[in-house]
Amino acid sequence: MDRDERVILLGEDIGVYGGAFKATAGLLERFGPQRVIDTPVVEEAIVGAAIGASLRGLRPVVEMQFFDFAARAFDMITNFAAKHRYRTGLGVPIVIRGPSGAGVHAGPFHSQSPEGYFARTPGLAVVVPSTAADARGLLKAAIRDEDPVLFLEHKLLYRRAKEVLPEGDGVVPLGKAAVRRTGRDLTIVTYGAMVPLALDAAAELAKGGIEAEVIDLRTLLPMDEETVVASVKKTSRALLLHEDARTLGIGAEIAATLAEKAFEWLDAPVLRVTAPDTPIPFAPSLEAAYLPGLSTLLAAARRLAAY
Amino acid sequence: MTTSPEQQKTLYRHLLLTRLLEERMVSLYRQGKMTGGLFRCLGQEATAVGTAFALEEGDLLVPIIRDLGATLVRGARPVDILRQVMTKADAPARGRDGFLHFCLPEKGLYSAIAMLGTAVSVVAGMVLADRYLGKRTVGMTYLGEGGTSTGAFHEGINFAAVQKLPLVVVLEFNRYSYSTPSEMQCGAATLADKAAGYGVASAIVDGNDVLAVVEAARRAVAWARAGNGPFLLECKTYRRKGHAEHDGQAYVDAEELAEWTRRDPIARFERHLDAAGVMDAAAREAVRADIDAELDAAVAEAEASPAPVPDPEFRGVRADEEAAVRRRAETFVGGLR
Repeated sequence: MDRDERVILLGEDIGVYGGAFKATAGLLERFGPQRVIDTPVVEEAIVGAAIGASLRGLRPVVEMQFFDFAARAFDMITNFAAKHRYRTGLGVPIVIRGPSGAGVHAGPFHSQSPEGYFARTPGLAVVVPSTAADARGLLKAAIRDEDPVLFLEHKLLYRRAKEVLPEGDGVVPLGKAAVRRTGRDLTIVTYGAMVPLALDAAAELAKGGIEAEVIDLRTLLPMDEETVVASVKKTSRALLLHEDARTLGIGAEIAATLAEKAFEWLDAPVLRVTAPDTPIPFAPSLEAAYLPGLSTLLAAARRLAAY
Repeated sequence: MTTSPEQQKTLYRHLLLTRLLEERMVSLYRQGKMTGGLFRCLGQEATAVGTAFALEEGDLLVPIIRDLGATLVRGARPVDILRQVMTKADAPARGRDGFLHFCLPEKGLYSAIAMLGTAVSVVAGMVLADRYLGKRTVGMTYLGEGGTSTGAFHEGINFAAVQKLPLVVVLEFNRYSYSTPSEMQCGAATLADKAAGYGVASAIVDGNDVLAVVEAARRAVAWARAGNGPFLLECKTYRRKGHAEHDGQAYVDAEELAEWTRRDPIARFERHLDAAGVMDAAAREAVRADIDAELDAAVAEAEASPAPVPDPEFRGVRADEEAAVRRRAETFVGGLR
């Protein structure tokens, strides 16, 4: 916002209150109500207004208070924003950001991972950072992008992904995965809050002599297939890990891509570790059983390595 | 704010151009040369023409399907429209979308999408941006009874009201939403009643009286431009054809239709032009001949335009799309290398 006066923010309780997760704290005082716009509870209209403002030259950033609420704006996102460049030649440079994901006992309407609904919509980009540096760098890239970007911040990481940010602009380009750990025996492909879990599992596997490579997708659409395919060609085994429900999740797309592009290199079936196909339960004990955990992941990885 | 004789002549030309262009489209439709449905505005021309006429240069307009006249007032050329309905390569949407779904940003024309009501908040966002950028732009968009039932309309007008945005929403009360009559669409006595719940100003005007529409629209635009917030202008008119050409409108009462045919907005304006001595029959005939000649040329030009050629790489989805283009092209040939 310091760099570009065209950047404005729209969202519920993002002004004086600073946002439900304080992601916009202090910005109203710094940039004023013309640029930090508190809205009524109107998810569809916020995204609509952002689309309109972008068509007149601004770079609007919308906060979804919880990303579950993007369902209220599904029409604007998938029908209006995503198709606009293709239909008219005019891009819609908006960012829709906000907290997603489970693990804080917030139940079925404040914990979802809705990336799968959007990552199959041509025209959108879907970004899920897993580190603080990426959150900053990818958000900058998203705001500078010429087209609509959905930016899902896992709420579990807000307080847990701690690091000293590197100096400088730190822009991280969209569409490029990161290899978070290198290994020769199997590849774990994941994103968001599952990245630290995968790294924990890899450290544990290494004690038993299994070297897992961990790929953080960072951007789900467009997906960095090259990095995933190259890694699986190297390790010959793929374990796809995501917090979203299984059916038609991101893992299904990666599995199909590997079947198309790395079939001859595979020494084992592609495995998926995901949440089950149920809504997200409220009670801590139920939620813990719902989420992919370390023991499940380790069992799957060992089975894959031994295949 | 009276409408001068010169302006009345301009209005007449817009009204007649709208009707004659639509008649050309009917002919093309029957010849199988149009792509998709033909959504006629017969009988509603004065509403779209009169409201758009109240805007100034630099203002913004997003039409919906029966606002052909508004697009022409804003400066879309008949050949643009004809190429668009025939989905030609040089149509504004280059064959990727049809009918009035196109943008001509240099003329302040932007596109709605098929989902009704969505344009309300989009135009609100446009004028929000313009206000931030120091421009005194007014935005105008349109909805029928059906559109005002959508959540998108209610969210959009509420947001515009809170922000006091210079937005004019023209409510085209035309009696039917596809086949659904107005009393099955809305429990309120008038669409303008919906304004009160949001603290928004409104007015109702006879949508078949073009001079009354122009005056009411000018007041609405002036209200919005002065910073008073949005305005809902309800124009009472009538859809004399079915939802689209395929719809035989069997659900319409013949007496009702006959009554509204007698209230035709163009014939009515012609009687006024006669009575006021602004344009006599000979002068109007000269306008018609001029438009006919323009449309002959436009139809020939549009028919000669090429059909769009499929792009084997499926470009144009996003600006920065090298990897996606490669993947789409690969997928199309089956993913084998």
